[in-house]
Amino acid sequence: MAKYSIFSLLRNAASHHQNWDRAWRDNRPKPDGYDVVIIGGGGHGLATAYYLAKEHGITNVAVIERSWLGGGNTGRNTTIIRSNYLWDESAALYEKSLQLYEGLSQELNYNIMFSQRGVLNLAHNLGDVREGMRRVNALRLNGVDSEWMTAEQVKEFCPIINISKDVRYPIMGGTLQRRAGTARHDAVAWGFARAASARGVDIIQNCEVTGIRRENGKVVGVDTSMGFVKAGKVGIVAAGHSSVVAGMADLRLPVESHPLQALVSEPVKPVIDCVVMSNTVHVYVSQSDKGELVMGAGIDAYTGYGQRGSFHVIEHQMGALLELFPIFSRLRMLRQWAGIVDVCPDASPIISKTPVDNLFINCGWGTGGFKATPGSGFVFAHTIARGEPHALNAPFGLERFNTGHLIDEHGAAAVAH
Amino acid sequence: MTKDAFRGATGGRIDRSRPVTFTFNGRTYRGYQGDTLASALLANGVHLVGRSFKYHRPRGILSAGSEESNALIQLERGNRTEPNLRATQIEIHEGLAASSQNAWPSVETDVGSINNVLSKVFVAGFYYKTFMHPQSFWMKVYEPVIRRAAGLGKAPAEPDPDFYDKMHVHSDVLIVGSGPAGLMAALAAARTGARVILADEQNEFGGSLLGTREMIDGRPAADWVAAAVEELRAFPEVRLLPRTTVTGYYDHNYLILAERRTDHLPRGSAPKISRQRLWKVRAKQVVLATGSHERPLVFADNDRPGIMLAGAVRTYVNRFAALPGRRAVVLTNNDSAYAAALDMNDAGIEIAAIVDLRGHAGGPLAAEAKRRGFRVLTNTAITATHGSKRVTGVDVMMMNGPGEDVIGAPTRIDCDLVAMSGGWNPAVHLFSQSTGKLRYDDELSCFVPGVSVQAERSAGSCKGTFDLPACLAEGAATGAQAALAAGHGDGVAPAVPAATSVAPQPLRPLWIVPTTTPVGHGKAKHFVDFQNDVSAADVLLASREGYQSVEHLKRYTTTGMGTDQGKTSNVNALAILAKSLASPIPQVGTTTFRPPYTPTTYGVLAGRDVGELADAARVTPMHSWHVAHGAAFEDVGQWKRPWYFPKGDAQGTEDMHAAVRRECRAVRNGVGVLDASTLGKIDIQGPDAAQLLNRVYTNAFLKLDIGKCRYGVMCKEDGMVMDDGVTTRLGPNHFLMTTTTGNAAKVLEWLEDYIQTEWPDLRVFLTSVTEHWATASIAGPKAREVVAELAPDLDLSPEAFPYMSYREAVVAGVPARIFRISFTGELSYEINVPAQHGLHLWENIMRAGEKHGITPYGTETMHVLRAEKGYIIVGQETDATVTPQDLGMGWVVSKQKADFIGKRSYTRKDTARSDRKQLVGLLTDDPNEVLPEGTQLTAIADGHAPVPMLGHVTSSYFSDTLGRSIALALVSDGFNRMGQTIFAPLGGGKTVSCAVTKPVFYDPEGVRLHG
Repeated sequence: MAKYSIFSLLRNAASHHQNWDRAWRDNRPKPDGYDVVIIGGGGHGLATAYYLAKEHGITNVAVIERSWLGGGNTGRNTTIIRSNYLWDESAALYEKSLQLYEGLSQELNYNIMFSQRGVLNLAHNLGDVREGMRRVNALRLNGVDSEWMTAEQVKEFCPIINISKDVRYPIMGGTLQRRAGTARHDAVAWGFARAASARGVDIIQNCEVTGIRRENGKVVGVDTSMGFVKAGKVGIVAAGHSSVVAGMADLRLPVESHPLQALVSEPVKPVIDCVVMSNTVHVYVSQSDKGELVMGAGIDAYTGYGQRGSFHVIEHQMGALLELFPIFSRLRMLRQWAGIVDVCPDASPIISKTPVDNLFINCGWGTGGFKATPGSGFVFAHTIARGEPHALNAPFGLERFNTGHLIDEHGAAAVAH
Repeated sequence: MTKDAFRGATGGRIDRSRPVTFTFNGRTYRGYQGDTLASALLANGVHLVGRSFKYHRPRGILSAGSEESNALIQLERGNRTEPNLRATQIEIHEGLAASSQNAWPSVETDVGSINNVLSKVFVAGFYYKTFMHPQSFWMKVYEPVIRRAAGLGKAPAEPDPDFYDKMHVHSDVLIVGSGPAGLMAALAAARTGARVILADEQNEFGGSLLGTREMIDGRPAADWVAAAVEELRAFPEVRLLPRTTVTGYYDHNYLILAERRTDHLPRGSAPKISRQRLWKVRAKQVVLATGSHERPLVFADNDRPGIMLAGAVRTYVNRFAALPGRRAVVLTNNDSAYAAALDMNDAGIEIAAIVDLRGHAGGPLAAEAKRRGFRVLTNTAITATHGSKRVTGVDVMMMNGPGEDVIGAPTRIDCDLVAMSGGWNPAVHLFSQSTGKLRYDDELSCFVPGVSVQAERSAGSCKGTFDLPACLAEGAATGAQAALAAGHGDGVAPAVPAATSVAPQPLRPLWIVPTTTPVGHGKAKHFVDFQNDVSAADVLLASREGYQSVEHLKRYTTTGMGTDQGKTSNVNALAILAKSLASPIPQVGTTTFRPPYTPTTYGVLAGRDVGELADAARVTPMHSWHVAHGAAFEDVGQWKRPWYFPKGDAQGTEDMHAAVRRECRAVRNGVGVLDASTLGKIDIQGPDAAQLLNRVYTNAFLKLDIGKCRYGVMCKEDGMVMDDGVTTRLGPNHFLMTTTTGNAAKVLEWLEDYIQTEWPDLRVFLTSVTEHWATASIAGPKAREVVAELAPDLDLSPEAFPYMSYREAVVAGVPARIFRISFTGELSYEINVPAQHGLHLWENIMRAGEKHGITPYGTETMHVLRAEKGYIIVGQETDATVTPQDLGMGWVVSKQKADFIGKRSYTRKDTARSDRKQLVGLLTDDPNEVLPEGTQLTAIADGHAPVPMLGHVTSSYFSDTLGRSIALALVSDGFNRMGQTIFAPLGGGKTVSCAVTKPVFYDPEGVRLHG
C-alpha cells in the first residue's frame, strides 16, 4: 500500500495523478474459501476484517458486500461520534470506540476528518435536567469526559442557539462532551477497506449472500451470487438487513427494522461549530466541513426495509430545528434520505456468538452505529478470532434476552424510540 | 446606473412599460418586470456572477432555469437575506439587492482563486490523503482552514420575519409542468370535469414554449399558451399553481409542492401573505411533464463566463430580449443548437461558427444555417477557450475518427459567447422519486422513465419525446387517460393543435471533447460539475483508484452533490465513468434521485409549527386561575402544570423553596389543593374490560368491587415498570383508568396495540377522557370539612366513604365523581367534574377552604409529599430497568394470576436476582445537605475513575415536615444495605456520606391516609 501524504500528493501531481494505486483491491471469491467471511461491507464489517488481520493475524478473510462498500447506514448517517452513554457497559464500549477514532486517521493512513468539536445534549424540562445530571455524574466516575452546562453556558458554546424563555420548550441546560464530534463517514469505510485490503483481506463488492450453508449444525460457508464461498467462520454485519441474513441460518433476532431519515441543507459559511442534539424537541444538527447543515431526528414508527421515510417526520423535525435555531428558517433543505436501522428492545447492540457454531453476529446498533464503528470491529474481531467475546462486548451477547440482563439505553439514544 | 446595452430593441415577454432598478454587488442596473436576475444582468452585459466552490474560478450564467449550478446569489440583507439562490430563478422587482457569494474581497478579485493555482494538488479526494500529521494539527490548523473555506452563501443572523403555511388537498389529476405536454394534458383532463392541479415552477405557464418561437395552430405558441391558460382558468375544479415546484414524490401518490407566494415582490411588502406555502397533495393520478435539461459539453476550460447552454441562450434572446453576447461560437453534438443559433442570429448575434462534433450536419436546421452562410465546422472540437472573467475566443481543431484526439493546428475564433449543447436529459427526477426505474435509451443517449410504479404517467420531453407535435399529442393522450383512470371522461384524447415537426438528426455522444493534451495533463480543465469544480480528470482519477460505483464516484469527487444536485452534470459524469470502465452506461447505473427536486425552505417545511405553535400547549380548565395567582409552571409532556405558587408582597416574591415549604406545611397540617386534571384518564368499557385490566396490570382486577379503586402497576414484556395509576370500577363492565400525565397517550396506544393485535377476541373499548374531566385533589387533615361544605348530601364518614373508594355526588352544584385516593399520605379526595365546570369547582373549593387556610400547591410540593411517603414517580424512580420488586412493591405483583404482561420475565435469571438495584431511602449525615438528583452513589468515599457505582439518587428534597433532607435512590442490593453508610461523590472533591434507610419517611403505618 503506497503511503498517502502531502509528499505523495505532490509527487503524483507531477505525473498528472496517473500512478495512484487502487484504494483497495476489488476481488472475486477465492475458490479455496476463507478462514473468515464477513457478510456486509459497511464500516463495521470492514473494521472487523481490519482488526482480524491486524490484532489476530487472520488475513485469509473476505468481506462480501451485496452492493457498494459503505452504502448502508455507514453512508447515510449524520456522522456523530460520542461516548456519553449512561450505563457502564455502554460507556466502556463507546469510549473504546471513541479512543480508536482519536488515532484512526494516522493508523489507517486515510484522513477520516474526525473533528472533536463537542456534542451538546440539551435539557428542556426537569426530567431532562435530572437525566443529564445523572449521566454526567456516571460518566465522570467512569472516566469519560462530560460536563453539565447551564443555559448561559450552552449559549456561550453555541452562540446561535435560542435560549429565550419565551419559547415552547426553553433550554434549561445541557450536557457537553468535548471529545465528541463528527467524522467523514464514507472515509471511515474507505479507510478501513484500504487498510484491510493492504493486510490481505479480500473485498468483494456486488456479491449478494443468498444462503448460509451449514453441516452438522456448523457453518461451512455462504452461497452467493458469485457461487459458494467456503468459510471457517462467518460474521454477519448487515445492519438494516440483520434479521434477513440471520434468517438464512434459521436464527431469529430480537430486532425491529425501521427507516431513519436524515437531511442536509445547502452549504453555507460556518455558522455552527459543534453538534447540538435535543431529545425533547427532537432534532440534532451539525455543520459539515463542506458547509452543509446535517440533521436528523427520530425513526419512522413503522417497520420496513424501504430506504424512504415519511415526509411528516421531516416536517416535524423542521419545527423543532427552528425552535432551537430561528435563524435557519430561510435556509433550504438540499437532500433528504433514509436508511434502515435495526433496533433491539433495549436499544443496545448485539455483538455475539450464536447458537450456530462458527456463526457470529453484530447488529442492533439502532440509530447510533456509526460512532461505534472501530470499537465494534475491534471487539467483533476478537469474538470471531477467539470464539469468545472480548470483555467489552461480553454484556452485549444474545443470551441477555434470555437472562433479562438488558442494557436499556432508550434514554441514551439522542432521540426517543 | 448602467444602461442595458445588451437588450434587444423589441420582443421578449418583459414589460417594457415597467422598468425596474436593482443592485448587484452594489451597482445599480435597470431591468424590466418579467426579467429574471440572470436575464437582467445579461442585458446589462454582466457575465461574471460568482466563484466556484473549490477553485474560486470566475463563473457566469450557465442556464436559464432551476438547473443552474454557477450563478448563485446572496439575495437581500439583514433578516431577509438568503444564500445560494439561482439568478436564473429570481424575479427582479424594484429595489432588489443581490450580491455574489463565496468571493473575497470581491467577485472580481477573489483571494480564494489561489486554490486554482494549486488545483494540480487539490484533485478529487486529496484531503483524504493528507492533513494527518502531526495528529494535533487537524483540529488546530488544517480543519479550521478548510472550514473557513467551506460553504457558499451566508445564513441570516436574525430570525425570519416572514411566515409560512400549508395546504392539504386531494386531486384527481396532478400535472407537473406546463410546457406543451403538460398544458395539453391539463386541457384534456380538465375538459372531463376532473379535479386538476397544474403546477409549474416558473412564474408563468408555457414551459419551453416561452423561450422558443414555435408556431402552434398557425399562431405564436405563446398565444396558444395564453388561450389554454384562459380555458383552464374557467374550470371550477382546476387549480393553477405557478411559481410552485413539485419537490417530492412519496408513496401512495403523495406529492409535496412548494409555492413561492411573495418572493417576486419587494421584501416585506406583503406582510399578511405567507411567504411560501407547502401543498401536500394526494393525487389519484399524476402526469409528469417536467421537461428536460440540456447537457453541457465537457471540453477544455468549458467554465468561463460567457459559455452557456445553447437552449438557455435561445431562451434569453427570445423570452427576455437579452443578448448574452455579440458574437457567438456554437458547440454542439446535436441539432437543437442549430435552432438556438438561428434564433440568436435573428436577435442580432453574429454566429462566428457552429462547431459540430458530428461528422455531418444534416436536416432542415443545418440546411437553414448553411443557407444563412454560417460557418459550420463538422468533426471539429473546441480545444481551448480564452479569457478569464469572460470568454474572448476559442481554439478549434479537427478530430480524428473516434473523436479521441485532435489533428492539425488550432484555429482561433474570437467570440464573447459560446453556446453549447451536449443533448438533453429528460427531467426524470420525480419519476425516480416515485420509485420508478430508469432505462437508458441508446438512440437518444439519455435516461428515460421505465415502467411506472405508482399511478403516474410521463409525457413530453421528460419521457424522451422532444418533437413538439409529438409532445402535444402525448400530453393530450396522457391527460385523457389519467382523467379516465381517476374516474372522469372516456379516455379519448382531444384534438391536438397543429405544429411543425423538425425531424432531428441523431446526436453524437462524445462525453469528453478532446484537446491537445490528454485529459488532466495540461493546464486546461474539462469541467463536469461546475459548482463543485469536478473535472473529467477527477472522474477518471476516482475510477483509477477504484471508486467505481456511481455512488463512490459521487461521494469521492463530490460530483452532483452541489445545490443543483447534478442536474447538468450527473449523466456526463457517469458516462465518463462508464467509458473509463469500458462498460455500457446502463450497467454503471445512476445515483438515486432524492427529494427535494430543488432546495426547499426550512421555514415552509415547518409551516406554522413554530413559536408558540411548535407544539400544542395543553392547559387545564383551571389554568387561568393559576396564571392569575402567579403560579410558576412546569412543562410535563405537552401540559403546563403549576410547579409552585409563590406568594409575593412588597418585600418580594418567595423563591421555590420557601413556597414549597409553605405548601407542604399546609397539606400536612391543614388542607391544600392540587390541580390533577392532567393525569391520563382512559374510559374502559365492555364485557371483557376487567379481563383486559387483569392482563395488563401486575395485580388482580377481576374481582374489584364496583365503587372501589385499586392502584396498579403495568409493566412491559421485560417485566420493567412502564406506568402506574389508580383504576376504579364504575360499573360491571365499566372502569376508569388513570395514568401518569406524561404517559397517557403511550399507555392508550399500548393497550390498543394489545387489543388489536394480540387479543382481538376481547370485547373491550377504550376512550381517552383525559380532557373531558377537570380534577381537583383536596388533601390534608381538613380535607373532609372542605368537601363536606361543597357536597352537603354526601356522607363522608370513613365508614360510608372509606379510603380507595368512589362516590358520585353533586359538588358545588355540579355532578361530580369523587375518588378517595391519596398521593400525599394525607386524607384526600379527588373531585372530577366535567371539564367546563373545572374553574367553577376550583373557585368554590378555594372559597369553601378559605376558613381552613386552603393552599393551592404545585407539582414540586406534590413530589416532596409523596417522597416523604416513599411513593414512586414513574420515569423518576424508574427508567425502564426497574421491576416492581426492585421498588419494594412485590405486593403489587400477583402470585396467583396465570399470566399478565411481564410475568414470564420475573423468572429470568437476571431479573430474578436478589441483588438488583433496589429502591431505598437515603439520609445524609448532615441533615441540611440536599443531594442533587442524579448523583451517583459509591461504596467507597473516593477513588480514581473508573469508580464502581452502586446506583443513583432518583429524588431528593428538603422535607419541611421532617426538618431535614430526604432522598430516594436505586442502590445495588439495597434491601440488604439498611443502616449501611454509602457515599455520594459530588465532584470537585466533595463527597457526602449517607445512611441507607427504608424509603418511607413519614407515617409508615398510613394512619393519616385512612383517617
